[in-house]
Amino acid sequence: MRKHFLAFVSLLILVSMVLTACGGKATEAPATEAPTQESGYRHIKVGMVTDMGGIDDKSFNATSWKGVERAIQELGIEGSYLESQQQTDYATNITQYINQKVDLIITVGFLLADDTAAAAKEHPDINFAIVDFAYDPPIDNVRGLTFSIDQAGFLAGYVAAAATKTGKVATFGGINIPPVAAFMVGFESGVNYYNEKHGTSVEVLGWNTAENNGVFVGNFESTDDGRRTAEEFMSEGADVIMPVAGPVGLGSAEAVKQHGDAWIIGVDTDWTVSASEYKDIILTSVLKNMDVAVFDTIKMVASPDFEGFHGETYVGTLENGGVGIAPVAAGAVSDDVLKELEDVKAGIISGEIDTGWSSYLASLSN
Amino acid sequence: MTQEKEKDKKEKRILKINWQAMAVPLLAIFTALVLGALIIAFTDETVYAAFRESGFFGGIGRAVEVIRIAYGALFIGAFGDPKLLWEAIVHGDGEAFTQAIYPFTETLRVTTPYIFAGLAVALGFQGGLFNIGAEGQYFIAGLATVFVGYSLKGVPAIIHLPLALLAGIAGGAFWGAIPGYLKAKTGAHEVINTIMMNYIAFRFAEFMLDVGGPMARPDSFRPVSPEIEPSAYLPQFFPSNSAIRFNWGFFLALAAAAFVGWLLYKTTLGYEIRTVGQNPHAARYAGISVPKTIILTMAISGGLAGLAGATDILGVLHFMPNAFASGYGFDAIALALLGKSNPVGVVLASLLFGALRAGARYMQGIAHIPLDITSILQGVIIVFIAAPEIIQTLYRLKQKIEGEEGVVFTRGWGQM
Repeated sequence: MRKHFLAFVSLLILVSMVLTACGGKATEAPATEAPTQESGYRHIKVGMVTDMGGIDDKSFNATSWKGVERAIQELGIEGSYLESQQQTDYATNITQYINQKVDLIITVGFLLADDTAAAAKEHPDINFAIVDFAYDPPIDNVRGLTFSIDQAGFLAGYVAAAATKTGKVATFGGINIPPVAAFMVGFESGVNYYNEKHGTSVEVLGWNTAENNGVFVGNFESTDDGRRTAEEFMSEGADVIMPVAGPVGLGSAEAVKQHGDAWIIGVDTDWTVSASEYKDIILTSVLKNMDVAVFDTIKMVASPDFEGFHGETYVGTLENGGVGIAPVAAGAVSDDVLKELEDVKAGIISGEIDTGWSSYLASLSN
Repeated sequence: MTQEKEKDKKEKRILKINWQAMAVPLLAIFTALVLGALIIAFTDETVYAAFRESGFFGGIGRAVEVIRIAYGALFIGAFGDPKLLWEAIVHGDGEAFTQAIYPFTETLRVTTPYIFAGLAVALGFQGGLFNIGAEGQYFIAGLATVFVGYSLKGVPAIIHLPLALLAGIAGGAFWGAIPGYLKAKTGAHEVINTIMMNYIAFRFAEFMLDVGGPMARPDSFRPVSPEIEPSAYLPQFFPSNSAIRFNWGFFLALAAAAFVGWLLYKTTLGYEIRTVGQNPHAARYAGISVPKTIILTMAISGGLAGLAGATDILGVLHFMPNAFASGYGFDAIALALLGKSNPVGVVLASLLFGALRAGARYMQGIAHIPLDITSILQGVIIVFIAAPEIIQTLYRLKQKIEGEEGVVFTRGWGQM
């Protein structure tokens, strides 16, 4: 009797486990065949390989997949994805798409750089694109998708300078490498531009372009470092903080949420969505619109007169929508500033306003 | 005298296939597949659409179709398409043949680290120790292996490869021996210590491999080690097709399984390990040095887990990324349970998990079923194994024969 009861209870637990397990996933069966429509584009097959974050990472993979989904709907192409669970899966997944003879393989993130390069050299007839990476020297059949994030950082700096009440804004990075510094260089230039325009003297803590020096926590993982750094900045009087270190920034957001009257500026994706528990303290986010880059690439390959890549790199800018900033938190800055922001954006696109990035890069090579 | 008896018993057990013992795992796998099929059908939108549009039988028909496509893809992804294989053999087309067996080689490639890690945990179980640190041992072994792999230059393969493998074994054994030592000398529980050692291993690997770190690739913005020298590569089985990454590591894994079987059942040390595992007090009374045995068990266990990392680097990756995280170390616990801590059982369980993983990839690409279905299948199998009463009740099996030797997992807390 007791045995039967035990078995029954275990079965109940099991069934409930199974139900909860599929509950989360059931709704997101990957879309494939789109309603066929006359779009004038070739009906190509596109395969996307995620990194270990998985398809619902609310970050690089999810955003890139959004671009594929858009292409499925608007261009009538066929698209699917393969998730990687570990480093050794990357090559396997790429091989599977090669065997399926897809027209374009999109790999997400620098972790896949080696495997993508190897597969691309082996199969020069297949088109590849890699998100947030570019090869040097370029590989003929790979399109690197990169982003002029300094332009978006500039806008964020401008907003930060307008939003601060203490006259001090701050930023810090994971490691001082160009992809990280790009955010910070743009940010500082944006603040300086605001000062110039409005005769203010808002100060930037944590980064100095001229000295190529700033606050770096040394990793892209420790939320604890993010918390500590944010607390230091707040005690120095900063009330806007832009952490450029992936999940480290979540620690900063937590510190601000708990005891601080300050704003956080998100990076890469819109943090009001990807870190929604902190949405009340997100001033804006500096966006790498990977979906725009991916969609642009698919559109290029699907167009009837496509003849293969030639080792070119896609550069996301404010102009083509590849970078941008998320909507500014309501009431954080005046409507006038929001209007000025449009002018600043136009100025960066036309080249009138300099983000300081090219001179920074030049100073690095000296 | 006692040894002879032991031997006698052993031989009987090896000769007679124990269907009673096999029944539960086999039925567990079968039941899990049935449950998985139900999940696949219940989460497919087209099934619901068929129920709405063409009534009950239309819906059932669609459900069967969906399940057939999914499990068909799982099978082809794990073992290859029999049709393609047949055609390749008939036409004597070598290239088509390697193409056709590619899925199976992937299964074996994934199986390789599973066997090593599963053996590591199984050996621990036999010694009454719960080694949750296989993941960390895998990392440290990876670091040691890759260091020997890229820093030694101009060494012939016949020396370089064994050295790199030995480095992996040594790294894993060292990392496993530390919690073993702590357990033996202070009684600190190995579960806590191996988990903590995992974190230390992850952070240490991060420190070594981060951009600008001591083992990072120079002039790279990516946190990866340099490439190892070709002289340290584990030879590929099909060098003509670079997509096939099946290598000699698999046979090393089988050899390791044979070694563990021999060690456990044919040597004094193995006898000591099992005795300490079953009853340390009796072992001490019989004159076995319990601390020494514990340290040795953990070291050998760590060395086995280390080989998983070493073969992944020497046979597949040829460098070590910061994000080396594999999950093998944790799946290994399930493997040891499923294989009843027996080397042959572990090999079979690893083959199953390898096939599930390789097949799931294809299933996601073809049938668009999330990879997570395999985690569900694996989880369900383990639940059934851990609670055999479910299966026994479900299939009206006889209860365990009296006096049958149970599997030793691990002793309770605070015992010594």
